[in-house]
Amino acid sequence: MLSNIGIIFSSSALLSSLILIYFSIVELKISGDKISQKIYKFSLFKLIFSLSSFLTLIAGYVYSDFSINNVYENSHTSKPLFYKISGTWGNHEGSLLLWINILVLFSFLFLVLDKNKNKNFKLLTLIFQNLLISIFFIFLLSNSNPFAPVFPVPSEGNGLNPILQDPALAIHPPLLYIGFVGSSIYFSVALASLICKIDSRSLATTLKPWVSVSWFFQTLGILVGSIWAYYELGWGGFWFWDPVENSSLMPWLLMTALLHSVLVLERKMGLYSWVIVLSIMTFTMSVVGTFLVRSGILNSVHTFASDPNRGLFILSFLLVMVFSSIFIFFRYAPSENKNYKIFSKEFFILLNNWFMIFFLAVVLIGTLYPVFLDTLTGAQISVGPPYYNFILAPFLIPLLFLMTSGPKHRWISSDFKKIFDIILFLSIISFVIIFFFIKESNLLTNLILLFSIYLIIQTIFDFYGNLKNKNINLSRIISHFGFGLLIFFISINSILSLESNFNAKIGEKKNLGNYVINFKKLETAQIDNYKSVIGHFEILNKKKSTIENLKPEIRLYNKPETITYEASINSNLFSDTYLTMSNISDTNIFNIKFQKKPFMNFIWLSVILISLGGVLKFFKIKRQI
Amino acid sequence: MLNNKTKNRLTIFVAISILTIIAIVFIFKTLEDNVLYFYSPSEISKTDEINLNNKIRIGGMVKEGSVKTSEDEIKFIVTDFKKEIIVSFQGTVPALFAEGKGVVAEGKLKDKKFFVAKRILAKHDENYMPPEIKKNLNKNAK
Repeated sequence: MLSNIGIIFSSSALLSSLILIYFSIVELKISGDKISQKIYKFSLFKLIFSLSSFLTLIAGYVYSDFSINNVYENSHTSKPLFYKISGTWGNHEGSLLLWINILVLFSFLFLVLDKNKNKNFKLLTLIFQNLLISIFFIFLLSNSNPFAPVFPVPSEGNGLNPILQDPALAIHPPLLYIGFVGSSIYFSVALASLICKIDSRSLATTLKPWVSVSWFFQTLGILVGSIWAYYELGWGGFWFWDPVENSSLMPWLLMTALLHSVLVLERKMGLYSWVIVLSIMTFTMSVVGTFLVRSGILNSVHTFASDPNRGLFILSFLLVMVFSSIFIFFRYAPSENKNYKIFSKEFFILLNNWFMIFFLAVVLIGTLYPVFLDTLTGAQISVGPPYYNFILAPFLIPLLFLMTSGPKHRWISSDFKKIFDIILFLSIISFVIIFFFIKESNLLTNLILLFSIYLIIQTIFDFYGNLKNKNINLSRIISHFGFGLLIFFISINSILSLESNFNAKIGEKKNLGNYVINFKKLETAQIDNYKSVIGHFEILNKKKSTIENLKPEIRLYNKPETITYEASINSNLFSDTYLTMSNISDTNIFNIKFQKKPFMNFIWLSVILISLGGVLKFFKIKRQI
Repeated sequence: MLNNKTKNRLTIFVAISILTIIAIVFIFKTLEDNVLYFYSPSEISKTDEINLNNKIRIGGMVKEGSVKTSEDEIKFIVTDFKKEIIVSFQGTVPALFAEGKGVVAEGKLKDKKFFVAKRILAKHDENYMPPEIKKNLNKNAK
């Protein structure tokens, strides 16, 4: 029943989107400066149909309608309601439907909210958006139909993978998808403005709100994913340079570049073609990311379901998309005169873009190299964190320095202010004090620390300076401040982290440097849809003589029959204590991993500050309009 | 011969090309030094090329009945049904680690028959848990 309703809704949405393409093309030729009512109407229909199909799938999950194959495979009646709902997008088909829904929603918002006067420009943007929507709906209905029926109707479902039954993972995909799919708007806008020869100022004003919104959600999405990996995967890290993490980082780097270069574009100082190229690349990278995750071409913690056909579809879509945008670009690209003065603000923004592109190249090569090597030579390799750390860390120093000094320069001026000032002096003093506590011997790490402190202090000074002038660029200051903090706390965290692996029996005490770990007892509990084996540990800090109690768990889920190890984390303001346990063979000996992770909360907070810059920027744009 | 504008453009173009080439060479050089090669137990027994100081990954099945937990380590045998290799490890294993299941271990070879793992990875897409482990866990908890 629900299965048919869902198919009808999504087909109607596809149909309205095709009709919209037709109407828009017809209307391109009609003169006048208003978009006709029927386009608004059909866009609204499309939105309603599309949302209804998504709500139908959610209803299927909530009421456990196992006649829908997707629900049967990924849900179970005993699952808590919250995870029934979030299970809707915890699988490929459902998440694709979510992807399309966000695409539809963004196109609708663009139609309603964008204030650009040029009618043909808006129509063309909508045509490109609707082409994307149609293609993805066709893919959904032909290859990955979430409403595919199953017969005979099973009485019980297979259940959702327990590691996905988690609040962070319930909101992670929607956040990330808003970022990913939001970038489709700049893709369509870029192509449309090339064809309509939109001037740089109105291109910038059109792009800015969408870039800041999608960048904000992308940042938060990555953060939530990291937090999930931190407490769920049980390794105690928050970033593993896993291919799937990389594919969310790559569009982010491009969005960051775009966020900066739009500022130059806005002041009519060139970069028109560059912004267009960046916009096209960002959405391309989002699709590449989707391709990498969904095709199963990469081995990673996320690829639980994969299908070569999907990969083939996304790959051909990608090729068509890239080649047609290259064609449009070369056919319509305007010639522009660039003359930059060195040490002007736009010069620094261009440098920022160079850094972002370099980081992108590093991450892209690291992610794809194993795939190529495997195809070409058959050798199986993996690229681990050392590659990324080794190559990226040295470049953080000039990046931090440029983030500190760049914004001090004015637009189109070339006076070079002296850099040895009170701020640098304060930074060096704070660095020396910190050095006294951590006694780190690695030169590179010390330099990164020094320059991140420099950036932090500079942004604090900027904040006070601008507060007096009332001409406050709060979004830049907060984001840069957050980035300085992030690098600072990640460095401190990597220096001061402790890790210890050992085996222990119940009742045993282990001495580890400053800490004594006491494995007191084991208890079992039956909770909702799993059975839990809970270890009781007492951790004594000898120096401070404080005691922490930690309870790592081994969970036995019944549907599907899966075992998970739940880390126990005692999170204090300044430091996290992290404990996981496992048991694998026929003994009463448990494997324990004990970690001290300083400043984890500050790392999360820094990323929140970075993303906050995006929100502030968005509201600033709104006020200007 | 060349006017100023063309000269400027040419300089910028050459500078950018050189920078790009340096960046790419640098990236690939680092990449080569930092990749982890993946071997099966049979490949390890055949080749002499593996440097004992390099970190590698090995993969195969955890042999049935081979997992031993002692006071300070876990030992198990990884097999590809032709050759076997003993793996020793300290720490917690991932949830999907089990006898008769696929495993990937990251670490260094001590010799051709012995591997010291620093990290154990297991495939994620497994929806199954061997009954022995479940039984054993229940028993231990009492």
